Amino acid sequence: MQQLPAIPNILKLKRESSVPRRLQDTLLIALFLSPALVLFLLFVIYPIFRSLYFSMFDWNGLGPAVDFVGLKNFTDIMTDKVFLKALGNVGLIVAFSLGLQLPLALALAVMVGRDLPGRGMFRTIFFLPYVLSEVNVAIMWMLLFNPNPDRGLINAVAVALGGEPVGWLSDTDIVLWSVFIALTWKYFGFHMLLYLAGLQNIPAELEEAARIDGANSFQNFFYITLPLLGSTIRTTVYLSVLGSIQQFILVWIMTKGGPVNASETLATYMYRFGFVRFQLGYGSAVAIYMFLICLIFSLIYQRLSRQPDYLTGL
Amino acid sequence: MSRKIYMILSTLLIFAFALTACGAPATQAPAATDEPAATEPSAATEAPAATEEPAATEAPAGEPVTITWWHITTKDPGLSDWQKMADDYMAAHPNVNIEITVLENEAFKTKLTTVMQSGDPPDVFQSWGGGGFNQQVEAGLLKDITADLEADPAWKDSFAPGALGVYSYQGKNYGVPWDMGMVGFWYNKDLFEQAGIDAPPATWDEFLEDVQTLKDAGITPISIGEGDKWPGMHFWNYLATRICGQEKFEAAMARTGSFSDPCFVEAGVKLQELLALEPFQEGFLGATHDEMQATFGNGQAAMELSGQWAPSTQAANAADQVGVENLGLFGFPAVDGGAGAGTDVVGGGNGFAIGKNAEPEAIDFVKYLTSVENQTVIAANGSGIPVVKGAEQGLTDPNMLQVAETFAAADYFQLYYDQFLPPATGSVLNDSVQGIFAGTLTPEEVAQAVEDSVAQEIE
Repeated sequence: MQQLPAIPNILKLKRESSVPRRLQDTLLIALFLSPALVLFLLFVIYPIFRSLYFSMFDWNGLGPAVDFVGLKNFTDIMTDKVFLKALGNVGLIVAFSLGLQLPLALALAVMVGRDLPGRGMFRTIFFLPYVLSEVNVAIMWMLLFNPNPDRGLINAVAVALGGEPVGWLSDTDIVLWSVFIALTWKYFGFHMLLYLAGLQNIPAELEEAARIDGANSFQNFFYITLPLLGSTIRTTVYLSVLGSIQQFILVWIMTKGGPVNASETLATYMYRFGFVRFQLGYGSAVAIYMFLICLIFSLIYQRLSRQPDYLTGL
Repeated sequence: MSRKIYMILSTLLIFAFALTACGAPATQAPAATDEPAATEPSAATEAPAATEEPAATEAPAGEPVTITWWHITTKDPGLSDWQKMADDYMAAHPNVNIEITVLENEAFKTKLTTVMQSGDPPDVFQSWGGGGFNQQVEAGLLKDITADLEADPAWKDSFAPGALGVYSYQGKNYGVPWDMGMVGFWYNKDLFEQAGIDAPPATWDEFLEDVQTLKDAGITPISIGEGDKWPGMHFWNYLATRICGQEKFEAAMARTGSFSDPCFVEAGVKLQELLALEPFQEGFLGATHDEMQATFGNGQAAMELSGQWAPSTQAANAADQVGVENLGLFGFPAVDGGAGAGTDVVGGGNGFAIGKNAEPEAIDFVKYLTSVENQTVIAANGSGIPVVKGAEQGLTDPNMLQVAETFAAADYFQLYYDQFLPPATGSVLNDSVQGIFAGTLTPEEVAQAVEDSVAQEIE
C-alpha cells in the first residue's frame, strides 16, 4: 500500500503531467475496471438487495411477490428452534475447523515442508482431496459411512475388528462428526498448501540462528515459525470460518441436514425453505442473516487481525 | 511506431475474441437447420396465435419447432424407451426437434424451481400433480390444454378419469398422466416362509405380529430410507388414511376440519407401536431411498413400503441387478375401528405438465407419448402402470398386474399427502414424521405442525 504514491512520480519523470493525460489515465482505469464493476454490481450487489426486498414478503416464488409481511420472517427465524440448532451446528463446525482442521493442516505442512523422503508425493496426496468436486467427496464418504457392514468400508473394518457397526450418518449424536470428518478430509490440503507457501517465505537464517543460540525444535516452532506464519494463519482462519458458515454441498448431499436437523447448517436451512418448501421470502430472510453474520465477522476480524506483521518489518 | 501497431493489433485481437465469443451460436445456426436459436423468435411470435386457434396441425409442416422435454427416467428400460419415442416422432415430423433433458428426481425439482422463477418452464415436463402443480397453474406457468383434449375426444376418453383429474385444477387440464400406481408393502416371500409366515397380514395388529415373528427369526423386517423422509411419510399417510378416512382428510383440507383431530394423532401413535419393535435396518434414519431399495433388493429385509416403481428400482440398486426373486405385494393393512376401508389406496403417478410457452407440436407430441402403442411399451417393460385404456394388456409382470388390480379395486384414491398438500406443508409433514422415527417429536406435535402449516398455506 505504501509504495503506491511512487508510481505518479515515475510517470512525471517521463513526461510533464498535463490535465488531458491525467484524464486519460482516469478513463483508462475506469475502462479496465468497468467490466468487473458491472459484473460485481449485477451478480453480487443487485441480488443482495433483491434478497432484502423478497425477505419482507410471503412468497412462493411463482409470479410476483405481493404478500408483504414486513419483518415477520426475521422475527420468525429468530424463534425457530431449527434455526438456532443450525446456528449452533455452524458454531461447532467453526470451532472444530479452527481447533482440529487447521492445526492438522499446519502439522502436515511442517512435516512435508521438511527434507522428508518422498515429500513431493505426500504433498500431492494431501492436496488431492481438495481437487475433487464436493459432490464426489460427499458420495464417496456416504459409501464409506454406509451403515451396512456388507457395503460400507468403515463399518466393515469395525465389524472385522470385533466392533459394532456405527450409524455414522443416522445417529443424531454422531452425524455432525461424520460430516466434519468429510469436510476436514476435503479441505485440510488446501490449508496445508497455504501454510507451505507461508513456510517458504520464512528465511532459513532465522531458524538457523535460533538453533545456533540453542533453541530446540519446539522452541523453534513456537517462537520462530508460528509468529512468522501469522499472516498466513490469519488468512486461513478467515477462509475457514467463512467456508464453515456457508457450508452446503457436502452436508446437503450426505445428510440433507438430518436426521431431524442434527446436521443442519445455515445454508441447508436456507435451502430447505427456499427450494424445498418454496417459501422464498423466508429463505431470503435467512440469506440476509447469513450475509450479516459473514459481514460482521469480516469487519470484526479485519479490525482484530490488524497486527504488526513480522515479515514486512524484516 | 511499432508501439502503435502493437496497440492496434492487440485491440483488434480483443475485439476478435469478443466477437467470436458472442457470435459462436449465431455462426453455427445456419449450419444446423434445427438450431434452437433459429426457432426461439418464431416461438415468441406464434404463441399468441396458438392460443386463439386450438388446431394442433396448423403450423406449416416445414417450419422448424423445438420442444423442450424434461423427464426423470434416468434408468433403463424407460430411459431408452423415451429416447426412442422422441426419435421416432422426430423422424415422422422432420421439422420438430425435441430437446430432452434427463434429470435425477431431486435435481429436477431444484432446476425446475429455478426456471419457474424466471417464468420460462420447459414445454413438456415431469409432474406429479397436487399442491405444487396447483401453484404452478395459479402463477400462470402452465398451458390450459382443456380445449385440445375436448377437440380430440378419443384422446381424452382414453385416460382413466381419476388419473387425468390429478393434472387438472378447477376443472381445467394442464397436463396428462402417463403412469398411475399405488404404494403398498412389497415383501420377500422366501423370507416370510423362512420366518414361518404363510399369509400376508390383513390388519395392523397382525402386521405387528409378523414384524415380531420376522425379528425373532433374525430377519430385518422392514427396509426404509428415512434420510429422504418421504418413505417414512408413507407410513403416516397410510395410517391416517386408514384411521381418519377420506371424509376427515377432506374436511381438514377444506378447513372445516383440522389436522389436530385425534385421528391424525392416532396415526402417529400407531406408527410409534411399529417403531417400538425396532423393525428397520441398521442406520435407517440416514439411509437414502436408493439404499432402502438396495437393502430390500439384496434380500436383507423382508418388506418395504413402496410404490409401483419398487421392483425396477430394487433390481437397479441390487448387487446382482436382479433383485428379489420371489417378490409379492400386499395392501397396507386395515386398522381396526378406522374410518377408512382396507381397500383405499394411497399412491400417485407420473404425468406430463405442459409449460405455458408450449407450441401445438408439443401437445401433439404428448398425445403421441400417451398413445395406446407407447403406453403398451411402458407397460410391457414394467416402467409404469399405463393410464390409457387398452394398454394394460402390455402388463406382463405379475407384480404390476397386481398393482393395477389393487388400484382398480379401490373406491378412494388418495394422492400422497406430501404431494397433495401445498409444497410447504408437504415438506413440514415429511420433516415432522422423521421426528417420530427419530423419537424427537410426539404424534401430537406432528399433527399440530401439519395443522399450523395448512392453516398458513390454505386460506
